[in-house]
Amino acid sequence: MNSVSTDICIIGAGPVGLFAVFEAGLLKLRCHVVDALPQVGGQLSEIYPKKPIYDIPGFPEVLAGDLVQNLMRQIEPFHPTFTLGERVEGYEKLEDGSFRVTTIDGTEILCKAIAIAGGLGSFEPRKPAIDSLADFEGGKGVYYMVRDPETFRDQRLVIAGGGDSALDWTIFLADVAKEVTLVHRGTTFRGAADSAEKVKNLHEAGKVKLVLSSNVTHVHGNGQLHGVTITANDGTAAQVEADSFIPLFGLTPKLGPIGEWGLELEDDAVKVNTVDYSTSEPGIFAIGDINTYPGKLKLILCGFHEAALMCQGAFKYINPDKKYVLKYTTVNGVPTL
Amino acid sequence: MTDEVRVYVEEAPGQRREVVAPTDMGLSLMEIMKADGYDIQATCGGMALCGTCHVEVLAGPELPEPSDDELAMLESLPVMTQGSRLSCQIRITPRLDGLVVRLMPQDA
Ligand SMILES: Cc1cc2nc3c(=O)[nH]c(=O)nc-3n(C[C@H](O)[C@H](O)[C@H](O)COP(=O)(O)OP(=O)(O)OC[C@H]3O[C@@H](n4cnc5c(N)ncnc54)[C@H](O)[C@@H]3O)c2cc1C
Ligand code: FES
Repeated sequence: MNSVSTDICIIGAGPVGLFAVFEAGLLKLRCHVVDALPQVGGQLSEIYPKKPIYDIPGFPEVLAGDLVQNLMRQIEPFHPTFTLGERVEGYEKLEDGSFRVTTIDGTEILCKAIAIAGGLGSFEPRKPAIDSLADFEGGKGVYYMVRDPETFRDQRLVIAGGGDSALDWTIFLADVAKEVTLVHRGTTFRGAADSAEKVKNLHEAGKVKLVLSSNVTHVHGNGQLHGVTITANDGTAAQVEADSFIPLFGLTPKLGPIGEWGLELEDDAVKVNTVDYSTSEPGIFAIGDINTYPGKLKLILCGFHEAALMCQGAFKYINPDKKYVLKYTTVNGVPTL
Repeated sequence: MTDEVRVYVEEAPGQRREVVAPTDMGLSLMEIMKADGYDIQATCGGMALCGTCHVEVLAGPELPEPSDDELAMLESLPVMTQGSRLSCQIRITPRLDGLVVRLMPQDA
């Protein structure tokens, strides 16, 4: 089991969680950031990486993806650590007021305070409506994300989907797997034109099988996946042997386990005290889109402000006897940890 | 010219609820269904970026063709039928009167 020890465990690597690392760093607090997605950036990376944002102070215009990169550069001096691709499930409060946070894959983060920056919730894969799909989840042949391409080395793979991630992984895994079949319900791909072109070329070179105007409708196996049924739009069906099936239909956010933590909620958002964005549980804070209070605006700018005040509250919770005196970064230059 | 249309949301087979929508406010079908209390996430706020406002058109007037962005989003979803549309991309205009839609499930 992975175990990490830190000052603040930040749940969510969206813009607000990332900026909280910077604000914590100014107070000499270390952070570990956990996100269910395999990459940082939250909504900015998952939903709109190529869209310009116009309301970040000092940036008349910045692409969402670039803002995320800049935030990553800005927090570099504070050496945050990350667990990506794992959803936080639960927490336990220890006798000394510190916490043990656990992820779905059993990673444990020992921390002195928790900052929930979970946005709209953790992004979960959209699953196709196929009976008994769940029987093959958890390493038994059905995967909704490619975390480690090596998992699929020399395997027979069936990938389903028509978007960018289905195309990108088909191209990448063509060199790793023994056999790749891409199933798409349409006849044309609307992902990036050059990716669609590459997939076509791989198909013509015999490296990838393309099954268009079709859907995967059944999965088969006995404890472990052995194959899938592919049904064409005209109703004809064929069974194909496969070691793994990877449906890639994008992600959708769900509040998820944090909603069950017993924190005071209102309309699926965590209620906070705007003095320091503390929740109903001492030592647990909530910032960004996931919180609610009178006048709340779901904007990056507001989340940044909340992160600054939250860190003051976390500092006091962690160091009840120490007094913090605000210093501007311009006085000492950028501090490091 | 009427300044209101009636669209119908099929909540269960054969069970339709009427939603009255103004035509002069530039609203989308997603916005009026959300305002009527339907549980639509509409994560992206109507920019054809999230797919959480997916509906199936069951009957009614012919709609304008979906844009490339709308089609691209629909094609990336696990379920797409002949009548699939993003409700955020459908403007409420007088020609929508009598439209029947159902909300598409977000999960299997
Ligand atoms: C299309 C679109 C355009 C927008 N344009 C603007 C704009 O121009 N200006 C602006 O200010 N705002 C804009 N917003 C809103 C802005 O994106 C959000 O306010 C911002 O992303 C909130 O940041 P966050 O860090 O709180 O949450 P998010 O960005 O939602 O990140 C939260 C992260 O937490 C993770 N997470 C949640 N629960 C768990 C868990 N249990 N375990 C592990 N990880 C978890 C999620 O996977 C996610 O990565 C826009 C939003 C959209 C959709
Ligand atoms: S609201 Fe996001 S696609 Fe319609």
